[in-house]
Amino acid sequence: MSQRTPTSAPPRAPWSYTRFQQRFAPYLFVSPFFLLFAVFGLFPLLFSLFLAFHLWSPLDGVGNWKFVGFENFQLALGPTDMFWKSLKNTLWIGLLSGIPQHLVALPLAFIIHHSLRRFQGAFSTILFLPYITNAVAIAIVFATLYSERLGILNYLGGLVGLDPVRWLGDPNMVPYSVAAVVFWRYVGWNTVLYLSGLQAISEDVYEAATVDGAGAWQKFWYITLPLLRPMMFYAFTLTIVGSMQLFEEPFMLLNDGGGSGGAGLTSAMHIFNTAFRDLDMGYASAMSWLLFLAIFALSMLNNYLFSRDGGNR
Amino acid sequence: MTTTPVQHAAPGTRTRRARLPWQRVPIWALMLLACFLSVVPFYLMFVWASHPSAEVFTFPPHLWFGDALARNWQGLMQVTDGQAPRQFWNSLYIALISTLTTLFFCSLAGYAFAMYDFRGKGALFAFILGTMLIPPLVMDIPSFLVMNNVLHWVGQPRALWVPGMANAFGIFLMRQYISSALPRELIEAARMDGATEFGIYRQVVLPLIRPILATLGVVTFVGAWNNFKGALIMKLSEPDTMTLPLSLRRLGGGATNVNVDWGAIMMLVVITVIPLLIVFLLASRQVISGLTSGAVKD
Repeated sequence: MSQRTPTSAPPRAPWSYTRFQQRFAPYLFVSPFFLLFAVFGLFPLLFSLFLAFHLWSPLDGVGNWKFVGFENFQLALGPTDMFWKSLKNTLWIGLLSGIPQHLVALPLAFIIHHSLRRFQGAFSTILFLPYITNAVAIAIVFATLYSERLGILNYLGGLVGLDPVRWLGDPNMVPYSVAAVVFWRYVGWNTVLYLSGLQAISEDVYEAATVDGAGAWQKFWYITLPLLRPMMFYAFTLTIVGSMQLFEEPFMLLNDGGGSGGAGLTSAMHIFNTAFRDLDMGYASAMSWLLFLAIFALSMLNNYLFSRDGGNR
Repeated sequence: MTTTPVQHAAPGTRTRRARLPWQRVPIWALMLLACFLSVVPFYLMFVWASHPSAEVFTFPPHLWFGDALARNWQGLMQVTDGQAPRQFWNSLYIALISTLTTLFFCSLAGYAFAMYDFRGKGALFAFILGTMLIPPLVMDIPSFLVMNNVLHWVGQPRALWVPGMANAFGIFLMRQYISSALPRELIEAARMDGATEFGIYRQVVLPLIRPILATLGVVTFVGAWNNFKGALIMKLSEPDTMTLPLSLRRLGGGATNVNVDWGAIMMLVVITVIPLLIVFLLASRQVISGLTSGAVKD
C-alpha cells in the first residue's frame, strides 16, 4: 500500500520477496482455517438451511430436490412424528443426568479443594478418566452390568432381596439407566471444572471470613457459591449443549430406535435415523435446526437465570 | 495401575493438623467411594477380557483376573475375520494424522494471531471464535452430503481428519499460549537475522511452544481416537477402513445378547481403551488443562 506514493520513498527494488512474504505471511498462516471452514462449515450450513425447506434424498442426485416450504417443520412439530417424543426424552434424560452431575460435582470439588488439596492431582486424574474414555466401549461395559438375568446389578440387588430390574427393557427404567451412564461419564469433568474455578478464588477472602468467625457451611454459601457463579454458568451451558445432543450412549445401550417404546430415543438419534437410515435429508435438516433452536432457547434461559441479580441467594 | 492416594499421606502431615483425624474419615470415605465408582468399570472390563466368554456372566460374578486372555484374542480374531489389528491401525492412523495436521495448522494460525499485526486481525479472530457456537449436530447432515455428493470422500479416512485440521479450539489455545509465552523481541531479532517468516515459525516458535503442542496433541489424539459418530456417518465400515468404535458397535451394539462371544468383545473393549489409558496416565495434566482451558478466560 505504501507503493502508492513512489515519489516520497527512497529508490529501492520495486518488488522484494522479503517484504512480500513479511506482509502476506500472517494471511497465509490463518488461511487454512478459512478455506476449510468455507468447504466444511459455511457451505454445509447454508446447504442444510436450504434443504430444510426441500424434500430430497441423496439418491435423487444433486439438483433434484422439491421445494416444500415449511412442510418439514410442520411435520416435525405435528402429532404424528416422533420428534416431540424424542425431544421430551432428551430433556428428561438431560435433567436426570445433568442435575445430579452438578449436585455431586460441586461439593466434591469443594471437599478436594479445602480438605484434600495435596491429593488434588490424583483425584482429578481418577475422576477425569470416565470423561476421556470411549463412549462406545463404556456403553458395552454398562450394557453388561445392566443385563437383566445375568448382570452384576441385578445380582447385587438379588443379594438384598430385590426383584430383577429390566434396566434396558422397561421403558420407564430406560431414561434412568441411560442417564446413569451419562452421569458417570461427566461428573468428574464437572468436578475438575469446579476445581479450577475454586482455585481462582483468592485465599484472602476465606481468611477474612475465618477471622470474622464464619464456619465451613457459611463460607461455602456466602463466599464460594457467589464467586463460582461464572464457572457454574459455563459448566451449566456445556451440560445443556451436550445433553441436548446426546447420541452415543443411548445409541449403543439400546438399538437405534431407542429401545422398547422408543423410551431412549433422543433427538440426535431420531435425526440420525431420519437422515442416514430413511435418507430423508430435508426433513432431518429441518429437525436439526429445530433442535438447534431448542438448544439456543435453553442456553438463553440459562443465561437469563444467571444474569439476574443473585444477591438474595 | 493407579496408586491409591492414601500412600502419599505420610509426608507433610506434620505441617497441617488443624483437624482431628476422625473428622476426616467421612471425607476420605466419600472420596474413595467416588474414585472406586470411577474406576470400577475399567477394572471389570479387564477382568472380563481375561475370562472365557461363558463366564462373563456367571454367579457370583468374577472379580479377579482369569487366564483366558489368549483364548479371547483368538475369539476376537475369529469374530472380526482377523481384522482386529487392521482396525486398531485404522484408528491409530486417523488419530495420529489428525494430531499432526491439527498441531501444524493450529499453531501456525495461533502464531499469526498472537505475534503479527495485520489488517482485519480482530474481526477474523472473532469470526473463528464465533464458529465454536455452531452445534456439531447441525453440521452432521450437510457435511455428509458434501463428502458424499461433491468430494466423494465417504468411506475414506480423510473424511474424518481433513475438516478438523485447522479448528477454532486449537487456534484459540495456541494464540493464548503464544501471546503470553513468547516475547515479540525474539521474533524481531530472528527477522533481523534474515529468517523468513515461515523460518521463524519453524526454527524459533515451534521449539518454544512444546508444552502447548503436547496439550493440544493429546486432546486431539483422544478426540480422534474416540470419534464414533463421525466414522458412523462417513461409513468407515469396509474391512480396510473400519475403526475400533465401529467394530465395537457391530459386535456389541444394541440389546445384550448372551450368545455372542463376550470374552472377545471385552478384549476389543480393552484394546480400545488401553491407548487412552496410556496417553492419559502419561499426560493427564496436559489433557485436563487442555480440555478445561475454555473455562479459564485469558
